[in-house]
Amino acid sequence: MKVIVCVKQVPDTKGGVKFNADGTLDRAAMLAIMNPDDKAGLEAALRLKDQYGAEVTVLTMGLPKAADVLKEALAMGADKGILVTDRVLGGADTWATSTTIAGAIRNLEYDLIITGRQAIDGDTAQVGPQIAEHLGIPVISYAQDIKIEGDKVIVQRQYDDRYHILEAQMPCLITALSELNKPRYMTPGGIFDACAAEITTWGRADLKDVDDSNLGLKGSPTKIAKASDKVRKGAGEKVVPESPEDAVSFIAGKLDEKHII
Amino acid sequence: MDFSLSKEHEMARTLFKEFAENEAKPIAIEIDETERFPRETVDKMAKYGFLGIPVPKEYGGQGCDPLTYVMCVEELSKVCGTTGVIVSAHTSLCVDPIMTYGTEEQKQKYLVPLAKGEKLGAFGLTEPGAGTDAQGQQTKAVLDGDEWVLNGSKCFITNGKEADVYVIFAVTGKVEKRGKMLKEISAFIVEKGTPGFTFGTKENKMGIRGSATYELIFTDCRIPKDNLLGQRGKGFNIAMHTLDGGRIGIAAQALGIAEGALERTIEYTKERKQFGKAIAGFQNTQFQLADMATKVEAAKLLVYQAAMKKAEYTKNPKVSYSVEAAMAKLYAAEVAMEVTTKAVQLHGGYGYIKEYEIERMMRDAKITEIYEGTSEVQRMVISANILK
Amino acid sequence: MNLEEYKGVYVFAQQVDNQLSTISFELLGKAKELAADLKEQVTAVLIGYKVKDLADQLAEYGADKVIVVDDPELETYRTEPYAHALASVINQYKPDIMLVGATAIGRDLGPTVSARVATGLTADCTKLDIGDFPLVAIPGKEAEQKHNQLLMTRPAFGGNTIATIACPDNRPQMATVRPGVMQKIEPIKGAKAVVEEYNPGFTPNNKYVTIKEVVKAVSDVADIMDAKILVSGGRGVGSPENFKLLEDLAEALGGQVSCSRAVVDSGWKPKDLQVGQTGKTVRPQLYFAIGISGAIQHVAGMEESDLIIAINKDEDAPIFDVADYGIVGDLNKIVPQLTEKIKAMKAAK
Repeated sequence: MKVIVCVKQVPDTKGGVKFNADGTLDRAAMLAIMNPDDKAGLEAALRLKDQYGAEVTVLTMGLPKAADVLKEALAMGADKGILVTDRVLGGADTWATSTTIAGAIRNLEYDLIITGRQAIDGDTAQVGPQIAEHLGIPVISYAQDIKIEGDKVIVQRQYDDRYHILEAQMPCLITALSELNKPRYMTPGGIFDACAAEITTWGRADLKDVDDSNLGLKGSPTKIAKASDKVRKGAGEKVVPESPEDAVSFIAGKLDEKHII
Repeated sequence: MDFSLSKEHEMARTLFKEFAENEAKPIAIEIDETERFPRETVDKMAKYGFLGIPVPKEYGGQGCDPLTYVMCVEELSKVCGTTGVIVSAHTSLCVDPIMTYGTEEQKQKYLVPLAKGEKLGAFGLTEPGAGTDAQGQQTKAVLDGDEWVLNGSKCFITNGKEADVYVIFAVTGKVEKRGKMLKEISAFIVEKGTPGFTFGTKENKMGIRGSATYELIFTDCRIPKDNLLGQRGKGFNIAMHTLDGGRIGIAAQALGIAEGALERTIEYTKERKQFGKAIAGFQNTQFQLADMATKVEAAKLLVYQAAMKKAEYTKNPKVSYSVEAAMAKLYAAEVAMEVTTKAVQLHGGYGYIKEYEIERMMRDAKITEIYEGTSEVQRMVISANILK
Repeated sequence: MNLEEYKGVYVFAQQVDNQLSTISFELLGKAKELAADLKEQVTAVLIGYKVKDLADQLAEYGADKVIVVDDPELETYRTEPYAHALASVINQYKPDIMLVGATAIGRDLGPTVSARVATGLTADCTKLDIGDFPLVAIPGKEAEQKHNQLLMTRPAFGGNTIATIACPDNRPQMATVRPGVMQKIEPIKGAKAVVEEYNPGFTPNNKYVTIKEVVKAVSDVADIMDAKILVSGGRGVGSPENFKLLEDLAEALGGQVSCSRAVVDSGWKPKDLQVGQTGKTVRPQLYFAIGISGAIQHVAGMEESDLIIAINKDEDAPIFDVADYGIVGDLNKIVPQLTEKIKAMKAAK
């Protein structure tokens, strides 16, 4: 069984956010981590490796330094890392990104593709389903649980007020929720092996059946008109009451004043 | 001379930091308060290979260098000194001598499960009447047929009762050396559960209170002849050499405690306001922090240098890292004590309250000036070397 | 692609168990405003099995026209038959704008359909306007500025930033819209829409998954998004048992309890009570933030509330930066007394 896990290197949003002059993200200026939902997807794949001996290939698209998340994945136990990087791929929206990743995956054999539901930088949840669409395979989003039965995959799919147990024919794409599991840590020995391992690097020329007009900033149907730090409502009135009684009468006074009671 | 860390070491640091924050930190206050051995953390560390970091892969280890191991103890100790010393005592004092002096059979039988973390290790040298002065040893081992018979006791043993495998030192006879009759000391591997091997009382300690410190008692304890570690009569050398490595582990623990206290103090002084501004805005605070940070950095360089020297030794056994280890431990331990004391002071009243964890760091720091050779002993080692 | 061919503002009218979801009405409310700006019509796309009866309700909430795709294959939501239905409608009717709710269904359907019809999709929008792209014409290239574009505004980076996005060269302009953000209109009783049935044909293929089981979460709790008053607790509440204090206060106020992500992660409260970026966006009249530090991810889901009162013992907690009234103090002492006080006040009136 062959599993491909798509991961993304994302800025740790706790560290603040920076932009280039053209409104695109200045990723180089921020601390980089493996996207949490993707890490849950990787853990799910590694459990399939533990259970069924699945071969796990991890794929990412990004700047050359995105190789770091592949090394992390290898140190957690993945078998192979592929980095898709090329200047012409920069500035891609979800359409261009999914086109690119699908183009890379067409070179590989797979039974299952696992992506995270969404990345903490964009929060779009679009790339996973769009990759499946480009590849013509079924997609099951929001997976809470994954099981394999023969050539079928059984997935618990979360909705707002329910879940469905779905069965799909492999090959199939699944998007993972971070609730799916608690990802394992790397091991020290795994880190040393990962740093010694070869990371396969692919560029534009290695993408299969992809038109130039669908790549990078130029191939992105959506364009950023404006990006800015969020303007927040200013702080209101802060009080440090002497006693709980004072606090209570302060709040009650305000509720009365606003006609809430 | 390159002071920058390799990619491997940077990633290892991230790993240890993440593990320490998620697994060790949340229970640090509780295990200190209740003197509970953090078995669940040990199990998790075993799972991720933290108990066999410098052991070659063919023996179930991670195949990493001593610096990686040092960083593990350092990061754990930043949040919990207890967790740091559990790894240090296991790795430096039990895994290391078996790896260095063990026969192939002993390595297969003991090193492999120790490195995998299936078993936990400990080291028994100290006795009520014999600390660093190994000639004070009273525990005896007598060969009786195919077995060694051990009688005596060991005290202040880290990981006592919790560990499965113990490296124990005992007097096996007398030898004449430079005209003097000296005790002949040998090292042994003793398993928990061996008849005649029992545990005395658990020590109620000032710091590192989650670590289990026990007296070990041997009463006609019979172990197989093959459990002699290294050559008969080489026990003193084995003990001294093992302690050289152990001191690097303790130096790393001290470094971690100092760094942890410094990090928290920096954060605290930026938040805590007095007279209308953060106390980090006062020059007294700034200068104190500057001194603390400088000393921590110097300690770090000494500790890492000792680890690098030990790495050299693994390639060339003629290299000695004894002085580097002694300097690292002496300095890091004294810095840990100084930095944690100042950290408590900079925290004011909050520093004295358990919830803020700074007072625990100060209590934990103290032991690093004492065990595996007091600071005075380190000075003896260093001066003997520079005056020879 | 001849962009001029694409006309009208379309809304995916999400229904579950043959009941229209609130988001469908919210989308219609927004679509009506956009259609007015563009002088176009609002069309609802209703997909399901035996759902035609719902068309009148869509009309009451602002749909001028309803396209019904009705087929047994569409009884329960599955990505493939629904994506086929919606993509076929788009190819057939050529909408200018296609809005989909950013729900667990819409965030699966939207991307699949946008990839199939080869257009852009902007996720989780919180604001939609009609305007120019670029916003300001590039000097000397005034003729290249496009007008009457859908400008889609959305938070990114966990609410740290907002971005406004356009889709100038592809149609339809697609967006998924966060539930709870757009306003539905007062229903116009008796309003009727033009109803048109359309069935592109459904032939199961490898993309059709099998539903083996549907498990509905047993929830007797009303949706926090509908609440007028929310008493929300964070990790600072201390324990699941201690939420009793908040429940009592909520009951006295006639409100509901909600919580922060930390509470859900700790297993104290179920996910459907979570407010924030990965939970629900709420805008009640009164929001109590009790023992909630106010991580940006939480604030993103509640800052539009009319009145925010925060109680926290940490005077530097970021929640105080968004609160209208911030009280520094011990919730364990303040909340029970407040509950009693409110009961007394209500009794007095």
